[in-house]
Amino acid sequence: MELLIDIVLLGILGITAIAILWTRHLFVATMLAGAYSLTSAALLVALDAVDVAFTEAAVGAGISTVLMLGTLTLTRRREKAHRRIGAGPLLLVVVTGAMLIYGTVDMPAFGDPNAPAMQHVAPEYIAGTRDDIKIPNIVTAILASYRGFDTLGETAVIFTAGVGVLLLLGRRREEDEEPGTRRPERERDA
Amino acid sequence: MLELFLAKYNYWIVIVLMMVGLYVVVARGNLVKKIIGLNVFQTSVFLLYISLGKVAGGTAPILTGKDEVFSNPVPHVLILTAIVVGIATTALGLALVVRIREAYESIEDDEIDEAENRDMAADLAGPSR
Amino acid sequence: MRHHLVLRIVSKLLIPFIILYGLYVQFHGDFSPGGGFQAGVIVAAAIVLYALIFGIDRARSVFKPEVLMALAPLGVILFAAVGYYAMAMGGAFLDYDWLVADDTTGQHIGIITVEFGVGLTVTSVMALIFLAYAGRTQDIDDDDW
Repeated sequence: MELLIDIVLLGILGITAIAILWTRHLFVATMLAGAYSLTSAALLVALDAVDVAFTEAAVGAGISTVLMLGTLTLTRRREKAHRRIGAGPLLLVVVTGAMLIYGTVDMPAFGDPNAPAMQHVAPEYIAGTRDDIKIPNIVTAILASYRGFDTLGETAVIFTAGVGVLLLLGRRREEDEEPGTRRPERERDA
Repeated sequence: MLELFLAKYNYWIVIVLMMVGLYVVVARGNLVKKIIGLNVFQTSVFLLYISLGKVAGGTAPILTGKDEVFSNPVPHVLILTAIVVGIATTALGLALVVRIREAYESIEDDEIDEAENRDMAADLAGPSR
Repeated sequence: MRHHLVLRIVSKLLIPFIILYGLYVQFHGDFSPGGGFQAGVIVAAAIVLYALIFGIDRARSVFKPEVLMALAPLGVILFAAVGYYAMAMGGAFLDYDWLVADDTTGQHIGIITVEFGVGLTVTSVMALIFLAYAGRTQDIDDDDW
């Protein structure tokens, strides 16, 4: 049953990704990207990552879609009608994919409880959360306590990205230079 | 063969999703489309990490007092923060797209290239105005 | 979207509950899925909804960008301050065992506090980013799409 749910959700993800690739309409692509995020959130629940699924649903399907739509109102709705399928990109993608699939041959089987990733810190963190920290949500315990330094860094990254966006877009449009003048300093000199 | 498929299918389909995302980033000229492709790529990396942490018969890593098998919580923590950092960087990328559009009146990379080439040619020809 | 009566009434009803749910996710993150990152995004979504329905200018006067700009670094500072406090008490950076006499209580206090810091930063950064985008455009018309 779990296998069936997995395969169906992965199939939907594949179809959505192809549709994103196909469409010329950026509004459609944005909406499909939102649907893609929501479907992957469902898949994450099936893979036991409830915290991650929660975040993906709120971020990917919510905030991300809103920001994309905001960008579309400020830019354009349609992609330019397009040249032929490039052989170069296709080759690059196929070679990369083939190498990655070759790499999975040596990987432990999906769901293997004896995989190396399950051996070292994970059992310690689970036991430590139960015995020392004593809160039920192991993910929160690792996030805030065991890997607190990581999380501090991530928070700083978010803050920095926010500063970057404000520097780029913070001023209102009217206060900016006229659109279409890409080198105002040179035109002043001339 | 079926056994190999059952052992690896999750990784393989995720890799296919990754390839679609990479193709959009490399082959499409539209900057917004490139960022959407980057998001597809990113989500498939998230799925790969979470797949690595899945334990067959395991459950979500929340202690209930019963003795249960948990999926590995460490990738969950990595990816949870990566998602929020991902949206922050996506916002930064989109902000750059907006500014590029304001400067060049275009979000297609070939048109931006052309405009740059025209600029360069004008620079080489000397100050005309 | 002034003329959308149904949208206005429904979102007026919903926004307080969205924020309440955000707070629940924030402070119940130790027990159930959730935490600062998710809560921050949920509260920011409430702010985005408010701005979409009632207009960007009203949203700017309720959620003042200056206040949000002060809250964004405050979250990071709060997080780091907990780390330094643990150092001052004799432990390592971010070692919550040293916050109070009892190790487990120290861990609980530390986790709640840093999650709150994360939530503050994520909420205000996400809201600021949205307000920055929305501040550049005119109100979106229905027939724009």
